[in-house]
Amino acid sequence: MKILTGNDLKTGDVVWWAGETEWSRHLADAQDAGADADAILEREEAARRVNASYAVDGEVTDRGPMPLHIKERVRAFGPTVRPDLAINTSIPIVKV
Amino acid sequence: MYQYDKYDQAMVDARVAEFRDQVRRRLDGTLPEDEFRHLRLKNGLYLQLHAYMLRVAIPYGTLSGEQMHMLAHIARRYDRGYGHFTTRQNIQYNWMKLEETPDLLADLASVEMHAIQTSGNCIRNISSDHFAGAAADEIADPRPWAELLRQWSSFHPEFQLLPRKFKIAVIASPTDRAAMRLHDIGIELVRNADGVLGAKFFVGGGMGRTPMIGPCIRDFVPAEELISYSEAILRVYNRYGRRDNKYKARIKILVHELGAEEYTRQVEEEFAQMKTLGLDPPVAELERITAYFADPAFEQGLSDEIDRADPDFAVWVDQNTHPHKVPGYAVVTISLKPAGGIPGDASADQMDLMADLAARFAFDELRVTHTQNIVLAHVRKADLYTIWQQLDGEGLASANLDLIGDMIACPGLDYCSLANARSIPVAQKISERFADTGRQRELGELKLKISGCINACGHHHAGHIGILGVDRKGVENYQLLLGGSGAEDVSLAKIIGPGFDEDGIVDAVETVTNVYLGARTDGERFLDTYRRIGVNPFKEALYG
Repeated sequence: MKILTGNDLKTGDVVWWAGETEWSRHLADAQDAGADADAILEREEAARRVNASYAVDGEVTDRGPMPLHIKERVRAFGPTVRPDLAINTSIPIVKV
Repeated sequence: MYQYDKYDQAMVDARVAEFRDQVRRRLDGTLPEDEFRHLRLKNGLYLQLHAYMLRVAIPYGTLSGEQMHMLAHIARRYDRGYGHFTTRQNIQYNWMKLEETPDLLADLASVEMHAIQTSGNCIRNISSDHFAGAAADEIADPRPWAELLRQWSSFHPEFQLLPRKFKIAVIASPTDRAAMRLHDIGIELVRNADGVLGAKFFVGGGMGRTPMIGPCIRDFVPAEELISYSEAILRVYNRYGRRDNKYKARIKILVHELGAEEYTRQVEEEFAQMKTLGLDPPVAELERITAYFADPAFEQGLSDEIDRADPDFAVWVDQNTHPHKVPGYAVVTISLKPAGGIPGDASADQMDLMADLAARFAFDELRVTHTQNIVLAHVRKADLYTIWQQLDGEGLASANLDLIGDMIACPGLDYCSLANARSIPVAQKISERFADTGRQRELGELKLKISGCINACGHHHAGHIGILGVDRKGVENYQLLLGGSGAEDVSLAKIIGPGFDEDGIVDAVETVTNVYLGARTDGERFLDTYRRIGVNPFKEALYG
């Protein structure tokens, strides 16, 4: 699956494309952009609510959508060295 | 400490107002990101892995108690209660909101601080010896010259769009505490045979993907011509530095490709021209700047005796204090490297405590070191015990300066969008493995430096032991390097073999320290032993 991510323009918060014009702060809400990824990114960039958006490869797991690469997993859950700042520490970041 | 004049303050205030307008236009949609990006970067605002990150300049690492309190305020008000002191003597905040940044910059400006030129292809924060003005071994105070360079390089119209970023360090001691020769320009203040102050120039050093030690291009430039010589160096670079390939755009590549001799010839030709332009500041201006760095009112006749009855305090004194040029005083380094902690991170409460201690005991002045610690430069020995007790209460009394626990680590993949691997967890595991202070002291001086990618913000090339995190098919992997030094015995560390996983690299570090312990002779540091016996015994122990 193709997962789209970016940063909220005002706050910088990491967000995930959740279908249509929605972006969520929770990876669990991410939708598969599939072959439309580039078109969605272009459209959303023009809307100027989300900054520096890009597409990553992902997979559907029993815990929901998950990026394949560790970088986006860290991005999704927060710094691994500050569990107090993590979004969800119960989900491991290393691909299993 | 230097204090802004009306021009400094007016420039910083004007920049805050300008950026406020740029942010407003970005948020209302009139300024697209591709136009806004370089504007925010010129104000130190990056977009990192989790959020916007702001890098605040701390000129040559020096700040007042009031400024440190402001950094604590920013951590509380605009971030999540902490900040990260960097290897460029700056501080970074990881959780910025774009819409709040103008107010934050206005707060900084109210205490003569800013984030200007902490990013972009311009001359960055000037770095210097964190013991400046206090060290017993310095031949002059480097800070007035660092300040002069700061003023010269700030908003320099010719050097705002260099081929690549540009870093300058100034020292004035035979002991290099600033990794001077690993900068684009390294300046060592020296005296000639007649006792006249001048500058020795090293150009083209750096780490990153192509590490190089800067060659000396001039043994002696009269101090009053330091600016015009620097201008000549930059002019030649600005004219001929590569702009077609960012990986070959640093000045070190130009110096390497031209050869130091030809590069120097061109600089000298430019310098001859520059000298006629009256660019160097008049003596009165030099004196005005220098006056800000006059010694504080040291008490005379103080005792050098320290009550060492508390054994933990005695260890801290031995490890974390240095000789001061005035009897009865000491230089204190506060380690931001507790066992299992995050190197360089400090909470707002810790910042406030350090500011309070500076105000009460250290003439209201602090320094940030390039090794991510904090210095109180002028402390009465009689006050050391009180200071240590208060530091201990805030988790700031680690007695590990220059030991294996005092490691540099970049933010790595936990924060940085450029990183390939996490640095901090490796640092934490190593510091926990070597948590025992006695064990660390048995190993002696051992500088361990960790980077999460080849950009080398964690200075792994300069580590006695260096660790470089890489991405190997989506999995974090750590390469081990040995034999580097950023000090006066500068050298570049070399990768010694195949990499390790996260736990494996911790074991590997322990293995090489064991080789050292078995091979060292009296008085040898890890680096000395490595240089004497070579890499093979270490390789053999690691790979069989």
